[in-house]
Amino acid sequence: MLTIKDLHASVEGKAILKGINLEVKPGEVHAIMGPNGAGKSTLASVVAGKEDYEVESGTISLDGEDLQELDPEERAHKGVFMSFQYPVEIPGVSVTNFVKTAINETRKAKGLEDMPAKEMLQKIKEKADLLEIDRKFLSRSLNEGFSGGEKKRNEIFQMAMLEPKLAILDETDSGLDIDALRIVANGVNKLKSKDNAVVVITHYQRLLDYIVPDFVHVLYNGKIVKSGTKELALELEEKGYDWIKQELV
Amino acid sequence: MNSMDLKDKLVTSFLAFENKVDTNDFVHGIRNEAIKNFEAKGFPSKREEAWKYTSLNSVLKHDYSVSFNKENVIEYKDVKKYFIDDTETYKIVFVDGVFSAHLSKTTHDKLDVCLMSAALTKPKYQPVIENYFNKIAAKDGLTSLNTAFTNEGAYIHVPKNILVEKPIQIVYFSTGSEAAAMIQPRNLVVVEENAHVQIIERHQSLTSNPVLTNSVTEIFTENRAMVDYYKIQNDNENASLIDSTFVNQQQKSVASVHTFSFGGKLTRNNLNFYQNGEYMDSILKGITIIGDKQHVDHNTLVHHIEPNCESHQDYKGIFADSATGVFNGKVVVEKEAQKTNAFQSNNNILVSDKATINTKPQLEIFADDVKCSHGCTIGQLDESAMFYMRSRGIAEKEAKALLMYAFSNNVLDSVKINELKTRINKIIANKLGVNMGFDL
Repeated sequence: MLTIKDLHASVEGKAILKGINLEVKPGEVHAIMGPNGAGKSTLASVVAGKEDYEVESGTISLDGEDLQELDPEERAHKGVFMSFQYPVEIPGVSVTNFVKTAINETRKAKGLEDMPAKEMLQKIKEKADLLEIDRKFLSRSLNEGFSGGEKKRNEIFQMAMLEPKLAILDETDSGLDIDALRIVANGVNKLKSKDNAVVVITHYQRLLDYIVPDFVHVLYNGKIVKSGTKELALELEEKGYDWIKQELV
Repeated sequence: MNSMDLKDKLVTSFLAFENKVDTNDFVHGIRNEAIKNFEAKGFPSKREEAWKYTSLNSVLKHDYSVSFNKENVIEYKDVKKYFIDDTETYKIVFVDGVFSAHLSKTTHDKLDVCLMSAALTKPKYQPVIENYFNKIAAKDGLTSLNTAFTNEGAYIHVPKNILVEKPIQIVYFSTGSEAAAMIQPRNLVVVEENAHVQIIERHQSLTSNPVLTNSVTEIFTENRAMVDYYKIQNDNENASLIDSTFVNQQQKSVASVHTFSFGGKLTRNNLNFYQNGEYMDSILKGITIIGDKQHVDHNTLVHHIEPNCESHQDYKGIFADSATGVFNGKVVVEKEAQKTNAFQSNNNILVSDKATINTKPQLEIFADDVKCSHGCTIGQLDESAMFYMRSRGIAEKEAKALLMYAFSNNVLDSVKINELKTRINKIIANKLGVNMGFDL
């Protein structure tokens, strides 16, 4: 599904990613962990197509198709979704209208008609229930005045609506209390299938108790320095990142 | 032609005009006074503080025809789109400055919705004319010019306790039968105690010949009266508009003016509110969306004279290409006007590097127990919001449009005529080149 080969990326001339290799197959859950400043969020943004980042070399492809020449919206149409660490507030646009627009824009790109209103409403209801989202919440302006937890839940709600092939969850656990964390993780697990894949980016092991990864990678100083199974996450939690750093020296 | 030539032409044609129109002594006196005033003051220049960012040179250079007699007939089907159509309304329609009976729907049943020319000449209107006409219009050059040539326009008189359910549409069409035309409409709106009326005003050129409209409107809102006034400015690139509107409010009245500026070569709005009473609310709102080399200037004044009143100003502007905008908002709070709440905000987005906005709040506060706030912002579209939306599959153009929609959206909240709101939404969508598929 997602293949990243020897990816080097920089922002404003500063090298952040220094040779990333990653292969994510359908049905898999990957966790990317690492200390602050390791390049985790940069990796997510580069895959989603943020223009502030300059890809110096290497390739990113989805199902064999090179993503690098595609605009962010085109990547979304191909099935890439990134849950933002800091979702943006858009006053004046309701959650419902935003989601409707996103879905219909994607359909338009695929040459499909708008989703019938009834089907849309049914889907909104179903996914809102899955994430235990109150109806009133849906008519509020997107992310405006939302608590940290509400913002993250809203991100996963959008993911549920858009049904991406590849979901990258960037620090989705930050700002969540334990109940919200459980709801969000439960939502992600329910959306999981053999045809899609999830990349969880996190600083802490906590989220991985709920979304159990098949593989764990440690990102440090722009490179994946260690890969393993879910036990690696536990080891990191116990020993901290210094252990990795020392091992590298 | 330059502004001096045009001035001379106007002054010279005044005598012929005065001899032609049938009028009473009272109005005659006001006109003569006004032409002298215009002769002394002339057109404003950029040297004047209030005109620093708006030059009239480019619109005053044409050899305008200044008087019109014959009615040029236009068919309703050809101009239907400029009206609110599904809602039942009264209509006062002018074509090249001349009243068009077949496009209009006037009334004298309970209220008067009719012609200024009739009101100025018929004895039964004389008391109203003498009480209200030219009582609050300013004495600057342009307003004086309009006063001197006062002849035609809308006359609306709503007596005490009348709630007018049908909105009133005032529409001025220009057909281009003259090479260049200067039109000077004069409207008078008197809303008596506890009465309520909604008015929509539009100036529309149907020609590529230059048109200059110098419009003056006086609105009197008496005790506990309510007036909602909407101005739609979406004219073509050869039409310019100078609109001077004066609102006089009495005790416990509420007056709102929404100005939607989406087109025209040059548009100048002088909007003045005078609060003569307590417990009143004045609402001034505007959305400006322009591109090319269009220019829109909002020059507002709210004069708080007595205590316990409010004013709310909210202007949004989106400027593309080489468009230029001006917002100059003045709020005066007199010493007696304690407990005043005056709010003003002007937010702008520049979509292109060549677009310009000059925004200037001006507060003169002489009372000490007041709440006054003002804020102006100038920004570009938020890049992080753009990326967020695009990453969810919304294409760049639509994402921009959605952001701009959202930006101007709250100004539409207070529009009370649903069909008008839908219409404005459509004009905005059209301006932004998208169909969002839902109303915000």
